[in-house]
Amino acid sequence: MAVLRTLLYLLVYPGLLFLFVYGTFSEWYDRKVYARLQNRMGPTHTGRFGLLQPVADFFKLMAKEDVVPDAADKGLFNALPAFGLAVVATSGLLLPVWNFSLAAPGWTSFSGDIIVMLYLLSLPTLVLFLAAWSSTNLFSTIGGARVLTMLFGYEVPLFLAVLSPAVLAGSWRLAEIAAFYQQRPALLLVNVLGFLVALVAVQAKLERTPFDIPHAETEIVGGTFTEYSGKKLALFRLTTDIEMVVASGLLATVFLGGFPGGALLGFASFVIKTLFIIFLLSLIRALTSRIRIDQVVSFAWRVLAPLAVLQLLATILVKGFLS
Amino acid sequence: MSFNIPIGPQHPALKEPISLRMTIEGEVITDADIRLGYNHRGIEKLAEERNWIQNIYLMERICGICSHSHATCYVQAVERLMEIAPPKRGMYIRYLVSELERIHSHLLWLGVAGHEAGFDSFFMYVWRDREIVMDLLEMVSGNRVHYAINTVGGVRRDLDETQKARILDGIATLRKRSEYYLHIGANEPSFVARIAGVGLLPKEQAVALCAVGPTARASGWDRDVRKEDPYAVYDELEWQVATADTCDVLGRVVVRIKELLESYNMIEQMIKKLPAGDIAVRAPRKAKPGETVSRYEAPRGENIHYIKANGTEKPERLKVRAPTLGNYAATVFMLKKGFVADIPLIFAAIDPCICCAERVVTLVDGRSGASSLVSLSDLRRRALDRPANALVKGKAEWPF
Repeated sequence: MAVLRTLLYLLVYPGLLFLFVYGTFSEWYDRKVYARLQNRMGPTHTGRFGLLQPVADFFKLMAKEDVVPDAADKGLFNALPAFGLAVVATSGLLLPVWNFSLAAPGWTSFSGDIIVMLYLLSLPTLVLFLAAWSSTNLFSTIGGARVLTMLFGYEVPLFLAVLSPAVLAGSWRLAEIAAFYQQRPALLLVNVLGFLVALVAVQAKLERTPFDIPHAETEIVGGTFTEYSGKKLALFRLTTDIEMVVASGLLATVFLGGFPGGALLGFASFVIKTLFIIFLLSLIRALTSRIRIDQVVSFAWRVLAPLAVLQLLATILVKGFLS
Repeated sequence: MSFNIPIGPQHPALKEPISLRMTIEGEVITDADIRLGYNHRGIEKLAEERNWIQNIYLMERICGICSHSHATCYVQAVERLMEIAPPKRGMYIRYLVSELERIHSHLLWLGVAGHEAGFDSFFMYVWRDREIVMDLLEMVSGNRVHYAINTVGGVRRDLDETQKARILDGIATLRKRSEYYLHIGANEPSFVARIAGVGLLPKEQAVALCAVGPTARASGWDRDVRKEDPYAVYDELEWQVATADTCDVLGRVVVRIKELLESYNMIEQMIKKLPAGDIAVRAPRKAKPGETVSRYEAPRGENIHYIKANGTEKPERLKVRAPTLGNYAATVFMLKKGFVADIPLIFAAIDPCICCAERVVTLVDGRSGASSLVSLSDLRRRALDRPANALVKGKAEWPF
């Protein structure tokens, strides 16, 4: 029975199947918001309101020819898409949506899971870099170099910004952090600056405009994904969708007070809060133009990092004041 | 680490085939080279086989965006050779369409610039509004792209009162939107960060490298054929040459939007001043022997047609200098020392129309880089041998 439950947990909810469904839904939502902001329709044809368009795209790509370049490092090239998907899906399991117990930490909710989650969310970036490097294409190589360069820019502000609410709550466990803010909602206001920094950093992590530099099509064709096609590209796209869900779930947990209210209400607030964050991400995507890689790094270190440090200082001061 | 990257002949940033070879170190371009000749169509030769009227429609097909520019430039030259003057009303309608075309071309370019900078919302908005002017052009001429409104001695369609009112309506909307785009283009921080200081072309370099059109004007060089050699109706209108002195892509965006605003003014004046009378005079079938050069300010810059007539109903020689050709030298200069991320922006900023400017095909060996001349019969023989000698798919080599 325990085995069956674990399998269900991994494969159905909140494992792969749920993440697939919700990930594709988020992609549809993101595309629709982005399109409406640009005075377009967005997907309309497949399914009601075009809801099934991302699913259709996924299965279409699965059916396409899968080409592996002769010069590529075949082992890495083939393994990386699945590895990336596994990593983000694993980090999805750690979201404290409703299946956890505050009193009894389990293997999906334990002290330090916020750190594990941040690390699991860093891995896809390395996967992208390795994928680009192993495909040996010139455009991919440049894309891979850009992926890593950007990582050095946004990762530190992201960690600082996400960890400062944890410092204030005095816990390294996502469920406890959320519970802390549910009891004292006014303290959420302390972290507004950190929320904004984390939002921009997540936008960079997801490589969306203005940070879509590693796969800027007008400059370096497909960038990281130039040589990827068929199933592997489909897996990479699914990885990005799920990463978007998980990252916005993480932000909702630490900055928006988590998902209180048991199974149904908790799930509903998960959907509402993640969609709100994805809406903000789409807004940034629609309102900005792609910037240059050197501008990303200088922006991250001149603006984001100082703001994140400021947030951390404010948090520490407030914590001292409270105790 | 320094390596060569090929941008084109097939690349998402370039909708037409051209090859830019960049030597880059990290993200910085250390050297740039342009290779042409992927889309030679032999139009000049073809023109020698057709009569004066047929050639209007051939010239219109030199370019899919400034089609009216080439047709008008050609028609101006033929009218000079035939010594006929079109009636005033015909002239006004012809250059009204010219200005409408400039608007559609500049709006198209603005959208493309937004897309190249990764600012897709700007692209979508601008292209939505471009539909207004496309509809006006369709209403005036019957077509959206190849208007075919010119004929030797005037134009083929007249304007009525409802059309005039609808043009004024459309222009009023476009003026409001263009002012907003000028505001966005010059103020949106991420967009300005991408285009300010990119692709620098100082004025003395612009002069030395013979840049034309908005590229030259954005470097503070106020040359515009409509002003310095006012043809047809342009000396009867009140307008200014739009310039900018930032010498970069930002300047080219600003110049083009300012030109849009000037074009709206010109169109309103032309509609108001539109004289009564005929729209065309009858043209002879043959032109007298002689030669002439016609200049025309196309949306992309100065367009030049040279025609030599030998007294028959066909031209003996027709030479086209499209504005894009005049800007290639400046482009290579602008690309050097730039970033990889700026290549599409800098290149797009001259508003390249590659197949208009193609005059020759060079055969270059991909591996050794040696170019060679091949006779037509030899080329035909090679084409026939190709299937037999072709490499097996798996063994084909990447030429770089």
